[in-house]
Amino acid sequence: MRTQWSPSAAPVTPLSPLHPDDRHPCALGPMDPLRRSPSPCTSRPPSPRTPPCEMLGHVGIEAVLEQLKIKAMKMGFEFNIMVVGQSGLGKSTMVNTLFKSKMWKSTLPGLGVPMPQTLQLQSVTHIIEENSVKLKLTVTDTPGFGDQINNDKCWDPILGYINGQYERYLQEEILITRQRHIPDTRVHCCVYFVPPTGHCLRPLDIEFLQRLCRTVNVVPVIARADSLTIEEREAFRRRIQHDLRAHCIEVYPQKCFDEDISDRILNSKIRDRIPFAVVGADQEHLVNGRCVLGRKTKWGIIEVENMAHCEFPLLRDLLIRSHLQDLKDITHNVHYENYRVFRLNQSHALPRGPGWVNLAPAPADLTATPGPWKVRWQAHDSSDEEC
Amino acid sequence: MTETAEEGKDVFFPERRGHQNSFGRRIGIDETSLKMSKQQPAQFINPETPGYVGFANLPNQVHRKSVKKGFEFTLMVVGESGLGKSTLINSLFLTDLYPERIIPGAAEKIERTVQIEASTVEIEERGVKLRLTVVDTPGYGDAINCRDCFKTIISYIDEQFERYLHDESGLNRRHIIDNRVHCCFYFISPFGHGLKPLDVAFMKAIHNKVNIVPVIAKADTLTLKERERLKKRILDEIEEHNIKIYHLPDAESDEDEDFKEQTRLLKASIPFSVVGSNQLIEAKGKKVRGRLYPWGVVEVENPEHNDFLKLRTMLITHMQDLQEVTQDLHYENFRSERLKRGGRKVENEDMNKDQILLEKEAELRRMQEMIARMQAQMQMQMQGGDGDSGVHGHHV
Repeated sequence: MRTQWSPSAAPVTPLSPLHPDDRHPCALGPMDPLRRSPSPCTSRPPSPRTPPCEMLGHVGIEAVLEQLKIKAMKMGFEFNIMVVGQSGLGKSTMVNTLFKSKMWKSTLPGLGVPMPQTLQLQSVTHIIEENSVKLKLTVTDTPGFGDQINNDKCWDPILGYINGQYERYLQEEILITRQRHIPDTRVHCCVYFVPPTGHCLRPLDIEFLQRLCRTVNVVPVIARADSLTIEEREAFRRRIQHDLRAHCIEVYPQKCFDEDISDRILNSKIRDRIPFAVVGADQEHLVNGRCVLGRKTKWGIIEVENMAHCEFPLLRDLLIRSHLQDLKDITHNVHYENYRVFRLNQSHALPRGPGWVNLAPAPADLTATPGPWKVRWQAHDSSDEEC
Repeated sequence: MTETAEEGKDVFFPERRGHQNSFGRRIGIDETSLKMSKQQPAQFINPETPGYVGFANLPNQVHRKSVKKGFEFTLMVVGESGLGKSTLINSLFLTDLYPERIIPGAAEKIERTVQIEASTVEIEERGVKLRLTVVDTPGYGDAINCRDCFKTIISYIDEQFERYLHDESGLNRRHIIDNRVHCCFYFISPFGHGLKPLDVAFMKAIHNKVNIVPVIAKADTLTLKERERLKKRILDEIEEHNIKIYHLPDAESDEDEDFKEQTRLLKASIPFSVVGSNQLIEAKGKKVRGRLYPWGVVEVENPEHNDFLKLRTMLITHMQDLQEVTQDLHYENFRSERLKRGGRKVENEDMNKDQILLEKEAELRRMQEMIARMQAQMQMQMQGGDGDSGVHGHHV
């Protein structure tokens, strides 16, 4: 019985031995299943030096899946999500709905309390358990984003935070004696809430998405979608997709990271529906004898989990059920690597062998973003490359 | 027939004798009264009460004159894009004010500044003509930095006041077109937790110039509880920041109970939470204007669903009052400010200083040139002035 352990749909292909010309990140370190994806070489065709071998009988290699699973269950998983959007778009409610728990109380500024002039990020960590699988979930909220009269550079604190988490991981990673399991506080996914104007993306949205899609996985969603009819939703979605293409904004799932055909097919379906039109609710109501999460109004009850009403199930499936591990992989293999190369180039030193690296102090302004994805799989060959 | 000098008739129609009334003008003969006088002459010989003069008929005369002249009303709508302003205006006046509307894409929005677009439409209903001007402000609240958002709007309002003042002080005051903004609908987003800093700043900037009616847009996204909470929150914040919104006048004590009750209900519902739509949807067997969702139909004209009807009632019953407050309060404020400044146009302080500096510099240069010329002339005079004295003249 094959246990489908990896959430990604791709089957596990045989691991080929490491080749000196291999620039795959696997070449960098030991195969720690929790640092790297358990199936890193999903679609690599066997190189001509390693022809596939005929198996004469059942050996038991597939038991490695079971071992990986047991190990992972012991360690638990980590997932860090950031929600960004103007106040009142239902971010806190959405987080509560996603993880079906009241982990977040929406922050309502009191009367007479002046709005904070700069963005203050707030993180909350909870451990959720389901079927003995433990998930350490960290949600970072960004109250005050886009609420001021002058919203210039309101994305700087967010970029600073994300790069700060990369820096923290980097510092842990370059130690001589480093921990077996480095605590991962890097933001794996940033959910961006677009207000349902029905027209198109605003200049603030475009600026933010352009800067952030190069640093972190961004999933835009249409918030409070119960103010749009189905036709308006479709038109709005098409316009947003057009705007994203026109401004070269690559949101998750990015086209350039599709590994094989099945990935591409699955992700194209998702890309066609991005941004999802979602509605969040944390109250239950009785509908046709069933207890459902929804919003009750005078003209009907909006069911959150009903695909005919809103696309919340798609978002939940993307974030949790099918692409959670993929989000973490891309954060680790692409975004973090970009940051790492950028930082190491800054200090003009690259790790060569087991010596320790004298890293230049992190710049006070952590908002400088490394360049676009030029350095994807070539972490070692960047001596001449300018970031 | 006008010379039949009967007591009652003279008393009743003083104007027929060519007397001047308090307006200093001669009112023409009231034809309906004339007809009545022919048919029932007895009524006027025997008035209802002794001492009945008959100027109770004046409101009818004003009414007929107004109906002939028609009404003018200017409404300004301000709010972020995508809040349903155009849809609401179309629903309110049951017309399509924006037939060829193109919504600009994101790239165009980045470069755009706030613009003012005024569209005028003449609506007629049962013989009463209304010349409605709707002033739209596309681009408001779109930019990343909205500090200069409302400068354009404020200068437009001031410009209309200025024009009216100029016309009023002119020689020919017969046909003054009143383009002053009588009312401003300010659209508040239902997605926030109350007023945004931009809302507060804008309302404080224009509450002394125009009547503000706050409106919560796209109200079908709120449940009843959320709506109540938001309304209360907005009212509290308005009070906290001392914003003067338009207050409905209390019903007079001699009005009938229904009207008093209606006014009370209207006052209690401010700010109005509205939904706009011009699409006809089939619901419960009849066609209503509304929005069709998979979970139900929101009816625009259902008072349980939203406050659209209340907003429309308020606008229509208080249109005259809005115009009066604009004339008596806001325009007078503007006028006294203007006249105090003594006719000098208010510009930016810096611009004024720069201009004055430039002018002064130009003047200095001119003076210097003149002095140089005079000196040269004097020199020439002194040199060759032995013979000729004064022939060269004193042309300066």
